[in-house]
Amino acid sequence: MGSRRYLLSKCLQALVTLWFVLTFNFFLFRVLPGDPIGMLARSEKLSPADVAALRHDQGLDLPMAQQYVVYMKNVVTGNLGESLRTGLPVRDLIGSRMWPTFLLVGLGTILASWLGVVIGIRGGWRRGSRFDTTSQYSSLVLYAMPEGWLGMLLLLVFSGWLHWFPAGGYATPYQSGVTHLVDLLDHLFLPLLTLTLGYIGGYAIVMRSSMIDTINEDFVHTARAKGVPERLVRSKHVVPNAFLPSFTLIILSFGFVLGGAIVIETVFSWPGLGLLTYNAIQTLDFPVIQGVFLIASAAVIVANLLADITYGYLDPRIKQA
Amino acid sequence: MVQAQVAPTRRVSPWSRRMATLAAHWSTFRSSRRGMTGLAILTFFVAIAIASSWLVSPDDLDPALATLPPHMPPSTQAWLGTDNFGRSVLDLLIAGARVSLVVGIVAALGAMVIGAVVGISAGYFAGTKIDTLLNAFTNWFLVIPWLALAIALATILGANLRNVIIVIAITSWASTARLVRAQALSVRERSYIERSRALGGTNWHTVTHHILPNVFPVIFANTILTVGLAILAETTLAILGLSAGISWGRIIEDAFTGGASTAGWWWWLIPPGICIVLVTLAFTMIGFALDEILSPRLRQR
Repeated sequence: MGSRRYLLSKCLQALVTLWFVLTFNFFLFRVLPGDPIGMLARSEKLSPADVAALRHDQGLDLPMAQQYVVYMKNVVTGNLGESLRTGLPVRDLIGSRMWPTFLLVGLGTILASWLGVVIGIRGGWRRGSRFDTTSQYSSLVLYAMPEGWLGMLLLLVFSGWLHWFPAGGYATPYQSGVTHLVDLLDHLFLPLLTLTLGYIGGYAIVMRSSMIDTINEDFVHTARAKGVPERLVRSKHVVPNAFLPSFTLIILSFGFVLGGAIVIETVFSWPGLGLLTYNAIQTLDFPVIQGVFLIASAAVIVANLLADITYGYLDPRIKQA
Repeated sequence: MVQAQVAPTRRVSPWSRRMATLAAHWSTFRSSRRGMTGLAILTFFVAIAIASSWLVSPDDLDPALATLPPHMPPSTQAWLGTDNFGRSVLDLLIAGARVSLVVGIVAALGAMVIGAVVGISAGYFAGTKIDTLLNAFTNWFLVIPWLALAIALATILGANLRNVIIVIAITSWASTARLVRAQALSVRERSYIERSRALGGTNWHTVTHHILPNVFPVIFANTILTVGLAILAETTLAILGLSAGISWGRIIEDAFTGGASTAGWWWWLIPPGICIVLVTLAFTMIGFALDEILSPRLRQR
């Protein structure tokens, strides 16, 4: 398969998946047993007239096929509906919450993947060493730990007991320059630490196992037989080849940047998309939940496409498959 | 043939053959320290879950009937202190063991059934339209961010234990399906499948008598691993206020919203998390040990 066709087929796949997400999202709120508007009416004690008006506003009184066309047209033109609570466009709500999430999860992903890969390289190279066993057990425990609880624990120790860090929030308002930056970092530290600790294990495990696979490959034996020093065998022959799966994982996890920190943002009241989602759950604000689901899925699909494309370039064997 | 005539009862039935394999696997499992540690931890918690109705009465869990002062640190009256209503945290944990384990196990079984049906069908009908369709379906569920999907589903269906189980099962079957498909694909190519078909075995017969028994070990090990993930998933949903009943996750959520982190009421916040970590670790360790025994690729290493 040529690289052009490879690219095209991958793009087509991504589009189909995206269409599937859109359609799924449409039916999710219309076909499933459970009636969003009815639920809202019960929790808010709305009158039947209000309910009818709300259904009309949301276009839920139209025939299904027509609703579908309207929905598709809206989504394609960037209209994600309006919040049932505030009446603000969902697109603007999501847009205004994107930056804090990018900052937190972006930095967290970079830190976690970097540390995880370094740990994986060291552990996989000296399999069975004390470093390897320790890091493996730690990865296992971190993997078994609910990340939200880890965040609460850190909050208990560093904020509740030691008072080193604030108990949550983004930054104190009306500050600028260096003071603002220091304040921001102060608020960022604990959620970032939680996120990093929560994700480090996954990267370490993947890197370690691909190190072990690569060490047994023929070209590594050849390199050793030629007399290449161990240090260079590791850095020039094993690591570059073993890094591929981790690289894909890192790109993929950037897709989860948008939807990835819902719990952590909730625990630390970090005003990103996650907290927006949490508040929407609390108030049964369905258009917002739908919008977040859509954006989060789209991000993952794009990241998948990027991973496929870069992988194809980095490892030409893939394209032949 | 001669032997069969002399001693017809000596013929080894598939059932006894399977029991013998099982016994052999058990002795391998017993030599795995990791697997046995996991099994010991799990047995402890399962025993507590089973005994929970004798250890804790519904009155102990009723906020209105609590007699101890709220937020009391651990003492001889309540070994793990009390919550904001004055209920004993230890009582809550014992009741929570049952809820968390049941949700985890039932959700994992649900995911196992969906994953097995989809995976076996896709693998058995590999190369046909059915396979393409099921594969696309599976891949879609693998790609979608599970938490965003789970939140959307749980808010619409409404938060009760049955729905939480359904939501977790729906969002966690896809990796099982992919694994099972690969295994079914390799089993399908073996010669006894061809022999069974040549003798007139129907698709149903081939799948239930030849594919399923051979794929089952993979499904089993995977399900054990999924239970751990399902318990974590329940915790996540509970922290977001999307679960019901007194699960360990729910106790964590109550403690957090009750201000345990900032007020320093560690006895309320820390123990439920430790229970979750231990049980998830137990399932993971058992799952890995089984994986090593049951999947041929790892055994050869």
